[in-house]
Amino acid sequence: MGRGTSGDSVERGFSPRGLKTEDRRRGTELQLARVIGTVVATQKHASFGGAKLLLVQPVALDDSPRGTALLAVDSVGAGVNEKVLIVMEGRAAGEALGRKGAPVDAAIVGIVDHVDVHE
Amino acid sequence: MQIAKVIGDVVATMKDKNLNGIKLMLLQPLDPDGKATGRTLVAVDAIGAGVGETVFFVRGKEASFPFHPVEVPADAGIVGIVDHWDVERPGTA
Repeated sequence: MGRGTSGDSVERGFSPRGLKTEDRRRGTELQLARVIGTVVATQKHASFGGAKLLLVQPVALDDSPRGTALLAVDSVGAGVNEKVLIVMEGRAAGEALGRKGAPVDAAIVGIVDHVDVHE
Repeated sequence: MQIAKVIGDVVATMKDKNLNGIKLMLLQPLDPDGKATGRTLVAVDAIGAGVGETVFFVRGKEASFPFHPVEVPADAGIVGIVDHWDVERPGTA
């Protein structure tokens, strides 16, 4: 508990293309994120099946946290501390899970080996 | 999806007929440290959650999928009850 005020500054630091607060918190594009934890839920909607649920923190290119952490289903076997690619859109997430019509809005779809920025 | 605590329920007699029989719960989203974050919201319950429980919920039209083929007019829905969660951050492990 207690990350101080870091969460606040992160929220403020992230404002791509002047999105509204609600959209800013939940961008819909493919994003880089860091897996920060695991979630255990015995009782969940049947369509989740045995899918793994991971807590992911979206990150910027410099690895700094970007926005709020969220829960994503894992379709690639990612582990804690790994950098991953997440989708934050229902249809894509459902397809990653292999079940159309599953009530999911975020999924891990890749494990990132490395990111090269050419500038 | 996001983790949240169920902090209450909402009773509405007059509502869209596709919401009939569906429980409406008041949620407070939590951050990974378990602290309240963001504003509270109302979500439809697809799982049978109770007040005081920690749940996870989905945002967007996917919230209505558990009620298929009924087209429930909802944009947030509880889809699971969290038993526990663990967070590991670099440097804190």
